[in-house]
Amino acid sequence: MRPIRGGHLLSLDGVSRDQVLDVLDTAESFVEVNRRTIRKVPALTGRVVASLFFEESTRTRLSFETAAKRLSADVISLAVASSSVKKGESLRDTISTVEALGLDAVVLRHRSSGAAEQVARFVPHVHVINAGDGQHQHPTQGLLDAFTVRQVLAERHGTSGPESGAELFAGLRVVIVGDIRHSRVARSDIAVYLALGATVRVVGPGTLVPAEVAQWGVEVSDDLDEALEWAQIVGLLRLQVERGGGEFVPSLGEFSTHWGLSVERLGALSPDTLVMHPGPMNRGVEIAHAVADSPQSLVTRQVANGVPVRMAVLYLTVAGGEDR
Amino acid sequence: MSLSESPSGTAPSRHSVLGSDDVARALRRMAHEIVERNHGSGDLVVVGVQRGGAPIATRLAAHLGEILAQPIEHVDLDVSFYRDDIGASPLRDAAPTTLSSDVSGRVVVLVDDVLFTGRTVRAALNALLTFGRPSAVHLAVLVDRGHRELPLRADYVGKNLPTSREERVVATLDGVWIERLP
Repeated sequence: MRPIRGGHLLSLDGVSRDQVLDVLDTAESFVEVNRRTIRKVPALTGRVVASLFFEESTRTRLSFETAAKRLSADVISLAVASSSVKKGESLRDTISTVEALGLDAVVLRHRSSGAAEQVARFVPHVHVINAGDGQHQHPTQGLLDAFTVRQVLAERHGTSGPESGAELFAGLRVVIVGDIRHSRVARSDIAVYLALGATVRVVGPGTLVPAEVAQWGVEVSDDLDEALEWAQIVGLLRLQVERGGGEFVPSLGEFSTHWGLSVERLGALSPDTLVMHPGPMNRGVEIAHAVADSPQSLVTRQVANGVPVRMAVLYLTVAGGEDR
Repeated sequence: MSLSESPSGTAPSRHSVLGSDDVARALRRMAHEIVERNHGSGDLVVVGVQRGGAPIATRLAAHLGEILAQPIEHVDLDVSFYRDDIGASPLRDAAPTTLSSDVSGRVVVLVDDVLFTGRTVRAALNALLTFGRPSAVHLAVLVDRGHRELPLRADYVGKNLPTSREERVVATLDGVWIERLP
């Protein structure tokens, strides 16, 4: 993969173990910064980060903008609903307009797969960070999921994340459940876990597991209960009704019965198994209410870790240098 | 620049300036000077600048503890995010910051291995001041090699070492060396 330091972050496809560790270790330093009374460092003073969300988002946008501000960057935020995009302006023209204001980085969320790649070609000297493009990739989500897993496992082993490197991922059994087809999170998670040396198994209804999964280097199964017994980490995905996910299942109730993490299934899990969800959750569909709020759920930690991980990504891409 | 990258393929010449015993003596002397300056009391906190200053700060804090017969707090501070060359030179990997409490009203002894341009100290001061308003900040360095680019000076110096800009100075608890590229 192309360098992250001084480059773009468009996808985690083909990311190396060292590149992932570079981001995770840098993020550890920002966790410490976020614990200070003054939660701000001057690293990106005078740099301008544009936050362009062409698709709705709560946590990703807030977390990126918070991250940029804590690095002392100036943030330009485009609210698409009240912008000229509504008048039919093209992505290219919108980017050119924003670029004319003087930009160092663009954080882009778009419904089209490949939009971030395209913007990186329009404005090659601006650092482009993909905040989710269609069904393709959501790299910072993958990185923050890996960061969260390492943090929890390191605590259990009485070590620290940077000290443990990728050790805790060797042979770690990860199951990713549900709407794989429409999920950019699944694609980024799989890439990051494989780069760190974990074993990944994908489970879901045949209609929501695309045929190309076989080439991703993961195991594929349709036996959820067996997979849950095997798993150390369970990554749930949102059933993406807005991307047509609802049409691939007979009914939400049936999907929930067969593929949802219910209270009964949680009870059958080993107490050490961790449950993750990138949000927003469809409570009662892929995850039961009580499961989302159980001690085994890492959902709130995932959200909290979004800021330091995105600070690391902004810092490494914009501040430059070469991959270590 | 790593050894393998040197143009002629040979290692840089290395010239020893202080041995580990000399370093130990210098640090003990500096500890006594610090105690003297602070009238034997004061609410001292020793802050090591990552990475080179951290082991030196550990040793200095231990000496201060012995002299004052009470433990002296020692923490480390990483200044990567405060550097003024961000974007202009390759990023350095950040190291842990263990300073976490308010330093207001305390006497901070900032410790680094080598004082050169003064830019790291400037970054460290800015980082430190986000942790409160110390009553005073003193600077202790194992080696002052000159070539300041900012109006800063050290309060406690292990060894003043005239150097040329092209040379590299390595200062650790094991000794001090000057390296010259061939």
